[in-house]
Amino acid sequence: MDSRCIIDSSCVLQNESGLSGKSVKKYYLVLEKMSVELTGAEIFVQCLKDEGVKHIFGYPGGAVLHIYDALYQQKVVNHILVRHEQGAVHAAEGYAKSSQKPGVALVTSGPGATNAITGIADAYMDSVPLVVFTGQVPTSLIGNDAFQEVDTVGITRPCVKHNFLVKDVNDLALTIKKAFYIATSGRPGPVVVDIPKDVTAEKAEYHYPESIEMRSYKPTSDGNSRQIKKAIDFMLAAKQPMVYSGGGVILGGGAEALNELVHELNFPITNTLMGLGGFPSSDRQFVGMLGMHGTYEANMGMHHSDLVIAIGARFDDRVTGNIEKFCPDAKVIHLDVDPASISKNVSVDVPIVGQVEPVLRALLAELRLRKQKPDQDALKKWWTQIEEWRSRDCLKFDQGSDKIKPQDVIQKLHQVTNGNAFVTSDVGQHQMWAAQYYGFDKPNRWVNSGGLGTMGFGLPAAMGVQMANPEAEVACITGEGSIQMCIQELATCLQYQLPLKIILLNNGYLGMVRQWQEFFYDGRYAMSYVDSLPDFVKLAESYGHVGMKIEQPGDVEQALKDAFAMKDKLVFMNFITDPEENVYPMVPAGAGQNEMILV
Amino acid sequence: MRHIISLLMENEAGALSRVAGLFSARGYNIESLTVAPTDDPTLSRMTLVTRGNEAIIEQIIKQLNKLIDVVKLLDLTEHKHIEREMMLVKVSVDGARDHVKHIADIFHGRVLDVTQLAYVVEVTGNSEKLDAFLDALQPVPILEVVRSGAMGIAAGDISLKI
Repeated sequence: MDSRCIIDSSCVLQNESGLSGKSVKKYYLVLEKMSVELTGAEIFVQCLKDEGVKHIFGYPGGAVLHIYDALYQQKVVNHILVRHEQGAVHAAEGYAKSSQKPGVALVTSGPGATNAITGIADAYMDSVPLVVFTGQVPTSLIGNDAFQEVDTVGITRPCVKHNFLVKDVNDLALTIKKAFYIATSGRPGPVVVDIPKDVTAEKAEYHYPESIEMRSYKPTSDGNSRQIKKAIDFMLAAKQPMVYSGGGVILGGGAEALNELVHELNFPITNTLMGLGGFPSSDRQFVGMLGMHGTYEANMGMHHSDLVIAIGARFDDRVTGNIEKFCPDAKVIHLDVDPASISKNVSVDVPIVGQVEPVLRALLAELRLRKQKPDQDALKKWWTQIEEWRSRDCLKFDQGSDKIKPQDVIQKLHQVTNGNAFVTSDVGQHQMWAAQYYGFDKPNRWVNSGGLGTMGFGLPAAMGVQMANPEAEVACITGEGSIQMCIQELATCLQYQLPLKIILLNNGYLGMVRQWQEFFYDGRYAMSYVDSLPDFVKLAESYGHVGMKIEQPGDVEQALKDAFAMKDKLVFMNFITDPEENVYPMVPAGAGQNEMILV
Repeated sequence: MRHIISLLMENEAGALSRVAGLFSARGYNIESLTVAPTDDPTLSRMTLVTRGNEAIIEQIIKQLNKLIDVVKLLDLTEHKHIEREMMLVKVSVDGARDHVKHIADIFHGRVLDVTQLAYVVEVTGNSEKLDAFLDALQPVPILEVVRSGAMGIAAGDISLKI
């Protein structure tokens, strides 16, 4: 038989969905022996299957019609039709953050690509493994100012881990393989693959490599053993240590190892906004989130520590406050997979470049080998000091108010969901309250936009979370400003029967803007009052969902119970909250970590 | 401090703009940048001249290494190295032919084009030498200056190759 025998591609795709397990195996054996010619669109779909992709989020358009036609003719890869491309990318982010699998989005050229950019930039800032496919005008028209043409590779370059323009169908499969490899390895991030329309129509032999090596990209895995020994030396000598862990622990699957190490050392630990859930918040050793809205004990602990152990965190300005005043007496150990994160903002004494999980294991092994404990007397004194800070009870709030307190809603949400819900948020005060009061005990449960701070993230992200975790309870904590930025996705939720619970903390203000205006602009509330709000109950109902309006503090708990009892319904809960509530504690911009505004 | 950094990168469309974009996005200085394919046509070699304190240079090197297309990098400033830049200068020679020729000879330059009114002179050397040549030409009016930007190679047995 001619080894270049061509199997009719439509037959390939049809066969696949209709075959039993045994014959599928046989069929693949046949595939291996013979080279198969497929169109670019069919190659695209086949690559997704071979990559194990089950869900993609997208929106069709002219440049991707061939691809949509190929998707239509199979059942393995499920396409979720969003209502705006920004929603597609945020949904893919939610999917990735809650499942440890890459998120995949597909959009058309021109406005499809530009609409996707906010999501791509968001994923870049928060290191979310995504592969975003964008359609492009045919290669013959590139550079011609063609209809719906935009230089996608150029426009996304500063906000992707890497991007590709595929000009030849023969390069398509290999490029897609590279895209998934780059997105998911090392420090994860979004990869954009721009595919011109003619490339999806042309045919090529299909071959998907099982693994790939790139001479220009070799992420480090294991940490340097000398640095690991040195890190343990520092830990054993520390008198006032503080572990500061971030999103890297969650992305790198290091929560369990972190748990073991921190317990073995009996050191206090704080999490960044992105790192919440990396260590159980109910654990005694957890001192809360740090940074601009971190707890008193976390920020004071950092400020007075003599050793900061940073794990998968990047010393963001919202964490450090004024960098000149940051941790004045501390030596710094920094473990990160990205060498460029080390000594970028804060100079580091013990740099360890590597994957969080294996390096934490190596640290544990080294610690156990030493058969030595850190200075117990010093540690005892340190804990006494921390408990004294903790007794300041910096997260207390008025329990007797006749207005609904947003903090109370979040605490009740925790009770009603037993702390087991996946929680997404938008950006602003409600995000900080969610971070401060929900209490995450497990990784991958807290999904929010930390780096870019994208209003409109919460709802589409929650869709992605629910797709990845169909049985889980998913809550989207939002504000009346943020929710209106991607409100159209309520239609997607109906189409795919996603029973999200939307917790709208409606204070009638762009709350965080209002808070800054109250503190720093003498209460001149420029444009922060959100006038002309829609009737959210009717709005939810018009999209085919259940709407609730809750105005009394006494109704909060029952309303939440009622909502979560509706297992197969999306419930949009409009909580009318105290309009003047502020997020405390707060480290004002430019201040040191120990200079907090407290309640 | 001035640093001269050499890098090998995949000879792909857009690779240059990734480097240029990195420098503008992060606000790094870029004094000169030259790039061309090497003997291996899949690789381009770039020489970058930049300025910054130790911490900034460390970040520049890390950020460059982070670019997926960058295969290998060498900070030549850390090693004994040779640096060369080429310059083409068009000078008005009205009544100054001998002076221009004389200066060009001193700098081992070559006169490539001769007309009644102007010479084009080629000079090669490190950047200071080229600066010195321009100074030495005075008071002859300079019509045009084209400089290639510096390129560099490590001396001895240190090699930037894969």
